[in-house]
Amino acid sequence: MAAALQTAALLSASPNLIDPQRFRVGLSARSLIGRRGSIFVVRSDGRTSGFFNAKSRSGNLITNAVATKADASTSSTASKPGHELLLFEALREGLEEEMDRDPHVCVMGEDVGHYGGSYKVTKGLATKYGDLRVLDTPIAENSFTGMGIGAAMTGLRPVVEGMNMGFLLLAFNQISNNCGMLHYTSGGQFKIPIVIRGPGGVGRQLGAEHSQRLESYFQSIPGLQMVACSTAYNAKGLMKAAIRSENPVVLFEHVLLYNLKERIPDEEYVLCLEEAEMVRPGEHVTILTYSRMRYHVMQAVKTLVNKGYDPEVIDIRSLKPFDLYTIGNSVKKTHRVLIVEECMRTGGIGSSLRAAIIDNFWDYLDAPIMCLSSQDVPTPYAGTLEEWTVVQPAQIVAAVEQLCQ
Amino acid sequence: MSAFSAVRIPFPAVVAARSAGEKPSSPFLCSPAAAPSIHSSPLRPPRLGRPPLAVSSDVLSSQKPLGSNSSPSYQAVISRDEALELYEDMVLGRVFEDMCAQMYYRGKMFGFVHLYNGQEAVSTGFIKLLETRDSAVSTYRDHVHALSKGVPARAVMAELFGKATGCCRGQGGSMHMFSEPHNLLGGFAFIGEGIPVATGAAFSSKYRYEVLKESKPDGLDVTVAFFGDGTCNNGQFFECLNMAQLWKLPIVFVVENNLWAIGMSHLRATSDPEIWKKGPAFGMPGVHVDGMDVLKVREVAMEAIARARNGEGPTLVECETYRFRGHSLADPDELRKADEKSHYAARDPLVGLKKYILEKNLASESELKAIEKKIDDIIEEAVEFADSSPLPPRSQLLENVFADPKGFGIGPDGKYRCEDPKFTEGTAQV
Repeated sequence: MAAALQTAALLSASPNLIDPQRFRVGLSARSLIGRRGSIFVVRSDGRTSGFFNAKSRSGNLITNAVATKADASTSSTASKPGHELLLFEALREGLEEEMDRDPHVCVMGEDVGHYGGSYKVTKGLATKYGDLRVLDTPIAENSFTGMGIGAAMTGLRPVVEGMNMGFLLLAFNQISNNCGMLHYTSGGQFKIPIVIRGPGGVGRQLGAEHSQRLESYFQSIPGLQMVACSTAYNAKGLMKAAIRSENPVVLFEHVLLYNLKERIPDEEYVLCLEEAEMVRPGEHVTILTYSRMRYHVMQAVKTLVNKGYDPEVIDIRSLKPFDLYTIGNSVKKTHRVLIVEECMRTGGIGSSLRAAIIDNFWDYLDAPIMCLSSQDVPTPYAGTLEEWTVVQPAQIVAAVEQLCQ
Repeated sequence: MSAFSAVRIPFPAVVAARSAGEKPSSPFLCSPAAAPSIHSSPLRPPRLGRPPLAVSSDVLSSQKPLGSNSSPSYQAVISRDEALELYEDMVLGRVFEDMCAQMYYRGKMFGFVHLYNGQEAVSTGFIKLLETRDSAVSTYRDHVHALSKGVPARAVMAELFGKATGCCRGQGGSMHMFSEPHNLLGGFAFIGEGIPVATGAAFSSKYRYEVLKESKPDGLDVTVAFFGDGTCNNGQFFECLNMAQLWKLPIVFVVENNLWAIGMSHLRATSDPEIWKKGPAFGMPGVHVDGMDVLKVREVAMEAIARARNGEGPTLVECETYRFRGHSLADPDELRKADEKSHYAARDPLVGLKKYILEKNLASESELKAIEKKIDDIIEEAVEFADSSPLPPRSQLLENVFADPKGFGIGPDGKYRCEDPKFTEGTAQV
């Protein structure tokens, strides 16, 4: 399952990141094993080929170009500052740096140790830090999450991994009652500097239960902070920030984004947990998104730009609390808002964001806020049905056109 | 890479099962000069070489398991000071809970209040053996655990009254007693949810020793988790037994089996009602003890805590006990039969210890009365303190939601909401 799940995600680079040489090869040489035939390619004009483009599902798969291209890509990037890595490696780098920095940081979860994590985020860490610091737990989410909370209360800084965020439904008791509320009910005596992380979101035909969006369930829990990473750069920065935070933080990763390749700085950096990220400044409409939908938005943006629109794209990153400053400044400039999320329509992050914008920026709106969400359906297995449950770039284009009439 | 579960703590282990009379080779808790003695310093529990009296587990020893209830009439001998300490602690628990009931019916406290009357032997028997560095984790029936652990009665009473001077600033209430200086890790409303937290505290203890290499010449910090018979049918109980034994965590699981989970009899809820047996199923010793007798509880507790301190791992101790009152102050308590109640009332732990003290001439009647008077004064003072304490002000509402209040986010003006001077009054938008 791990190999299948590691198939490349849809990649739509924002304008300043396009480098055809670099993106021709979406995979490094070492990640080839187990991935025959599952190559994706991003062309410089933004067209993609691969599993996730509805039009070119059958064609355009380059199955044998990788070996030769790998050399070319490494030599051409060697001279640039920073280093290239995949998103899951960026998460690991952030985690490793924090574990080096503070011996109280430890990892717990299923298969995080010897197996290296089902998405390889913790690969090699158990060998380096030992079985106690990178703890392979039995399959008991509620209890090991609670154990992480007890450890956090008594001085450690655990990073608890949910193998899939959906599994953390079993840990809801601990996450809600203890993680979120215990600092308060103890009158501030105990802090819970825990990070709960894992992949969620709709993947590639993983079925309903492995395709859940837990951010919509957790968002009401008081005392909890939630962030979602979407690029290798922000993944590492948010991981480090979450570990350093004294608050309990839930870090949402996405199953399909782990193999995004990006060049990140060599210097240490930590991002702000509460800030949103300006992806593309613009004038006509504010598009708010996060996680995987960022890429669907950016793909739609290509089409929109060609049609003469100038959308502003903000990756909200902080799902709770919302960065109303960045969002507000954008609304004040464009007066039109489109929210694109992967949560279901009912009770998702989008509905809360919409409410927050209406409460705070009503006078600046020239049109009702539009929110594109996934259908309120258990994610079907069939590929075609699955596509129709999540928001696709064409719908985003149509929504912007409607909004800007 | 070595599996950490194989690491032995390099001080001598006090093995639980040994034939009677054999002394431990170099008990680390006693001074080297003195042989382990039952009359050793009152603050140190004596290191006994004999096995626990009520062991029922095959894992502990090669002896045939004893009958679960047939502990012999032999009782542990303790010193006068120890006896008085135990007596005072149990009286404190009893008088406090009685006062709680009074205050509740007078409208000074509200909500769900669960009283511990009758179960004092378990709290006193275990917690009085713990040091401050050890942790205790409880359930909603936590007032007496808090008192035994050292939380002042006035702080607990003020918490119950919902005052700002309560141990949790009035924000927790009856079911959420926490005290960081005393390592009381809660107070939990949902049954079972405290057990993983206790397991985490034990994990922390092991981590500090093995990863952070903190020196622990007196043994690991121990965690004692208290919970009831109803909890023993809950998944978190079993999951934690597994993990604690797997990693040999320094924890003692104490089941306060009072036979009733609100109105559900333990026998109607449990396929195999002998809870101690569930320990060996996970590879740890399971012990059954008469929870109405503080001396028996203490004897078993000593052994279990020593095992945990030594790095030998967890023990499951089932204490057969009884609550003299209903499940909570709202419970009419109609299902329990009169003969069951009178059976256990006749075994009141306070009466039992008092009788023992007087019979063994450890103290006089008047000394015991003096202790009772002292406790009455403490409780009265606690009520006065709670009564006269202020209620939490509006500004307190948002103060402890986040340890780092930046978690409330950035407002439309670009500043963190917590930078707003009026923020904690709750006027700022969240």
